[in-house]
Amino acid sequence: MSTDSLICVEHLYRYYGPLCAVDDISFEVRRGEVLGFLGPNGAGKSTTMQIISGNLAPSAGRVLVNGADILDQPRRAKTGLGYLPDQPPLYREMTVDEYLWYCARIKRIPRGASRAAIERVKERCGLGAVGARVIGNLSKGYQQRVGIAQAIVHAPDVVILDEPTVGLDPIQIREIRALIRELGGDHAVILSTHILPEVQAVCDRVQVIHRGRLVFDDSIEGLQRHMFMSWLTVAMHNAPPAATLAALPDVVCVEDMGGGHMRLQYRPEAADFPERMVARAVAEGWRLHEIAQERRSLEEIFVDLTRAEEAAA
Amino acid sequence: MTVLAIAGRELRSLFLSPLAWTLLAVVQLILGYMFVTQIDFFLQLQPRLPGILDAPGVTEIIVAPMLGNAALVLLLIVPLLTMRLLADEFRNRTLPLLFSAPVSMTEIVLGKYLGVIGFIAVLLGLIALMPLSLLVGGTLDIGTMCAGLFGLFLLLSAFAAIGLFMSALTGQPAVAAISTFGALLMLWIIDWSGDGSGGGLLVWLSMVRHYEPLLRGAFSSADVAYYLIVIVTFLVLSARRLDSWRLQH
Repeated sequence: MSTDSLICVEHLYRYYGPLCAVDDISFEVRRGEVLGFLGPNGAGKSTTMQIISGNLAPSAGRVLVNGADILDQPRRAKTGLGYLPDQPPLYREMTVDEYLWYCARIKRIPRGASRAAIERVKERCGLGAVGARVIGNLSKGYQQRVGIAQAIVHAPDVVILDEPTVGLDPIQIREIRALIRELGGDHAVILSTHILPEVQAVCDRVQVIHRGRLVFDDSIEGLQRHMFMSWLTVAMHNAPPAATLAALPDVVCVEDMGGGHMRLQYRPEAADFPERMVARAVAEGWRLHEIAQERRSLEEIFVDLTRAEEAAA
Repeated sequence: MTVLAIAGRELRSLFLSPLAWTLLAVVQLILGYMFVTQIDFFLQLQPRLPGILDAPGVTEIIVAPMLGNAALVLLLIVPLLTMRLLADEFRNRTLPLLFSAPVSMTEIVLGKYLGVIGFIAVLLGLIALMPLSLLVGGTLDIGTMCAGLFGLFLLLSAFAAIGLFMSALTGQPAVAAISTFGALLMLWIIDWSGDGSGGGLLVWLSMVRHYEPLLRGAFSSADVAYYLIVIVTFLVLSARRLDSWRLQH
């Protein structure tokens, strides 16, 4: 375990009856890192986050937050931890100010420092104007912000956010993403999402979790590489037979979609293939009028990663 | 410190809902009526009292029966007060706030409990005002009255501990209320079996049996110990229940 690793998860398992929701997950998050948790619904993202935040006991394995075991030294571990569950834990009958004051109390911020901490977090989360409003009357977006404020009011080293931008409008999403980036500066942040652009916008590292297993753990660049596939879609007015294209160097296979549209798969090492393809089409007079490199959706990456996983098993 | 914060929030949210105010109003109305009928009874009895040797006083005739009745009324009311303590947190999914904060299960349970005890203290204060109003026109046996009020406080605290535990068992406040009511009533009538001579344990378990001596002004540490045991037992069970909730939910 490196000294700056704020979250350290070791061989985590969690069973719901016979169902294994988290299956041998281990990872570390360092200070200044924003880790994105990606996965389809029911993959085990929320379960993992609940375990790290001390809301759920693991069946096996352990979690260290800032060097303290969440089960053995809960108070030490939780002092440096902020958690926003998928449903913000709000008392609807309280005003925003009362609620944050209560949070400051139970998170053991000294009384003298509480007022300033609350003002700071309200400003950060854009809650300045709604301090005296009752939480139950706020819109979903504002409630979500109060939930985030609750998680960071005590300036924790570790922030865990379960789908923090759900229910927000596009402007709020941008603000919250900026806030998360800012938090990533001197904290360790884990956030879960199923929105790919969100991961690209805020995360340094990505983990894909599927059926309780980590199937992918890499930097954002690594994910980008996964996204660009070695598939080209081309459309030609004077298309040659598919066999001609299949005979080109570096081509793996060709699908004829009809009407001059073709899909070509090329060897991933041949990065200059699209360029050569265009030159060839011009030289041969195929009258190429459309060429596009396919980008895969998150679903396809999931499918791909899980297939690789199953093949390896 | 955090215990007081949790208790304060609990008390506050009780008073922010119409439930607490309604309970206070209904209890006050019913007990007020009982108080007045008791005074009426005393006024009928008064001319004959000087002729009786060792005659009962105002406190015995008015205050003790009223506090006795109050216990029965509050047996119905306390479950409604405690039903939401933890059940609401389960249902509204607000528990993660407490679970991810540096607060132990014991502190959560104690905070919740002290919140209700605060409410019960307010309730008792209002009830105590009725007998105290008699001081305007007469004298009271303050010692007997205090023993009675203290007994009622212990009884209600035990009710609340049981209610808190029931509330920790379910996410449905109504289920918590009904279970609490059932448990309290059972403990109330548990000495009915036989004639109270054979079942020593059942008699000991009965909540009324430990309340009656205090109403008569007889302060026995065994009775106080009984209530303390009930309170501590159910508070510990509640904390355990919260802890195990993380294992299974």
